[in-house]
Amino acid sequence: MSPEARAFAGDQVPPGPKPIPDEKSVPELEPADTWTLVEASAEDGDAAGVTAEPDPEANPEPAHPHVAVSSGPPHVLIIGGGGTGGALAHDLVLRGLRVTLVERGEVTSGATGRHHGLLHSGARYVTTDRAAAVECVVENKLLRRIAPGSLEENDGLFVALTDEDAEFEKQFTEACWQCALPNKRLTRDEALRLEPGLNPGLLFAIQVPDATMDAMRLPLRFFATARRNGADVRPFTEVVGITTSGRTVTGAKVRDIASGREYEIGADVVVNAAGPWVGRVAGLAGVKVGVTLSPGVLLAVAGRRCNMVVNRLHPPGDGDIVVPQRGRTILGTTSWIADDPAEPVIPTGHVETILRETSALLPGLAQAEILARWTAVRPLVTSTAGRGRGPAREIECIDHAADRKPTDGLVTIAGGKATTMRAMAEAAANTVCAKLGVDEPCRTGEVVLLPHTAWYNA
Amino acid sequence: MSPRKPKPPAVPAEEPLAEGLAAPAEVPPAVPPAVPAEEPLAESVAPRAEGPTFRVSRRRAGDDRAHFDEFRVAVGREDTVLDALIAIRETKDPSLVIRHSCMHGSCGTCGMRINGREALACDTKVASLRAGPITVEPVANQRLVADLATDMVDFYARFEAAGLPLVRDAEKSPGRPGPAGMLAFERLENCIECGLCLSACPIARANHDYIGPAALAAAARVVEEPRGRDLGPVRALAGEHDSVWSCRDAMECSAVCPAGVDPARAILTLRRHLAANGARRLFGRGD
Repeated sequence: MSPEARAFAGDQVPPGPKPIPDEKSVPELEPADTWTLVEASAEDGDAAGVTAEPDPEANPEPAHPHVAVSSGPPHVLIIGGGGTGGALAHDLVLRGLRVTLVERGEVTSGATGRHHGLLHSGARYVTTDRAAAVECVVENKLLRRIAPGSLEENDGLFVALTDEDAEFEKQFTEACWQCALPNKRLTRDEALRLEPGLNPGLLFAIQVPDATMDAMRLPLRFFATARRNGADVRPFTEVVGITTSGRTVTGAKVRDIASGREYEIGADVVVNAAGPWVGRVAGLAGVKVGVTLSPGVLLAVAGRRCNMVVNRLHPPGDGDIVVPQRGRTILGTTSWIADDPAEPVIPTGHVETILRETSALLPGLAQAEILARWTAVRPLVTSTAGRGRGPAREIECIDHAADRKPTDGLVTIAGGKATTMRAMAEAAANTVCAKLGVDEPCRTGEVVLLPHTAWYNA
Repeated sequence: MSPRKPKPPAVPAEEPLAEGLAAPAEVPPAVPPAVPAEEPLAESVAPRAEGPTFRVSRRRAGDDRAHFDEFRVAVGREDTVLDALIAIRETKDPSLVIRHSCMHGSCGTCGMRINGREALACDTKVASLRAGPITVEPVANQRLVADLATDMVDFYARFEAAGLPLVRDAEKSPGRPGPAGMLAFERLENCIECGLCLSACPIARANHDYIGPAALAAAARVVEEPRGRDLGPVRALAGEHDSVWSCRDAMECSAVCPAGVDPARAILTLRRHLAANGARRLFGRGD
């Protein structure tokens, strides 16, 4: 095991409380002479207690789109308030840009909040998608550094139940090592000591550095930190049109859902980070984005059935993930292809499949009371999309100026997974900065995020 | 630690105190029985022909008070009130403002009052509610964004003052080792910060300065698991005016808590702790 890998494994968790960043550890920005900060949104001090009418003056139309005018830093409009959008807002304000983010619902109300909360170690993908696995390895380590206190760092198990599972071990562990992913073989008894609820008929288990995250509160820390640093985040604001000048995107027309008022937001670059809705948003600009919508079903059952993430030791399949969340246990998932990003209907049989497969891992699940069943839609990039879980979930960042029929001023970020939200944001921010001639490095890998509670007083 | 005094809610509670106290007791238990596995699952594929009527509280910036809009929406046997509200937004009225995120009772954003009782919309199956129109209103004692969405700023101003970390040390089973090198498994705190307790609390309705059940439960957790922290500030917070001694044991907070936090019991624990510490100090042995 390399020192790097050893530092990753669960055996270095220090005793005692984890440091939670407080107001004083707000990511320190350089002095104003090198970093121009955006003015905070005017929503604070709203005496009426009802959300302020967004002030269109706050984002004046840039004088010369796509030119970083000397009067102020360029303005980027992000469409979509999921984990990627939040991390992107955080990334761009750290690089000195002005940022407005619009989201039609509450932030994290789309695919982000609905994911199972598994911070992937990467092990799930080592045999099917090495690039995705390596990205998870990197981001898993990184999120532990920048979001301490939002994770249950209890590791995960890949459990072998059958001879077929056992035969998969060699391929699996070799692939893990090739991805610098630490792993440890546990005997049946060792595994049962850690997780007594496991199927006593298990053969052995492989321990990996999976973790549990709070699916809403960890991404919320990106939003909280971005807003504290000047990003203007506007939930309940839906994009109804993309404004253009010729073949250049100049901003968006949005509707404040609460008031029904429509107004325009001008931007030097618009980033389409709408997750499953990226195709819809791109369509508003007359641009095509190839995404395949692949929903999955998830269940929450009563009781905390395990403390570690429990996976089946086999190539990724249906119903092979069990994630503890507080006093509940999340079971996932399935995969199919849908046309519509909004609220797919749960297909007949999926709930039973998940229960059958997961209760093979933890037999107690068979009798567990189902508290919730829901779907989350994975936006897969079509250029590489095969079936729902194939080697297709990498990040794709598209500068539409490079399309066959070029459209300038619009960038789409698609693909990825919750574990890689920060990496997706970095890719998008790099593209945006290159377009705008901004030469600032990404700093989101180092800056410790504010706690999620800061979202409510930022 | 200097707890920020919560700002008074800008949107006053509309109901007189009495209504909060007279919350219907006949609401069926929030936990319906599990689905028998052999029964073919219709899910939302085969909705009821017409579906129940939802009376949804609507209020916008500039409105003097809320009014109710009625929607009929088809629901599947397993659908929750949140599923129905999302369906209303997607198919009937896109201007409906609701908060939601995780869909399974972990995030706490979809807290509201359903037939007068505080509950998570994602945790309340439509089929578990009594027949007749289903009334849905925002939680009380918090600022309104619009319709069913509240701004949790006052809740967090109180909650944060207790300084509770999100992750707690594990419930380590005695005699069982943790994973190699780990002292114990860790887990997220039970409280999902939904604000239902603050909405249901009759004291919070009458006294907007009362710190409320969630913050006191958080303070009790800090006292219970200090992890080396100085307990002085938490004790000071709990001992303040409008804090732990303002509670009148209505127990509504524990009745509506969707996460088993039991704030009422936590408040009693905190009182005992304060009393015991006060007694020790009286005899010069306090800390």
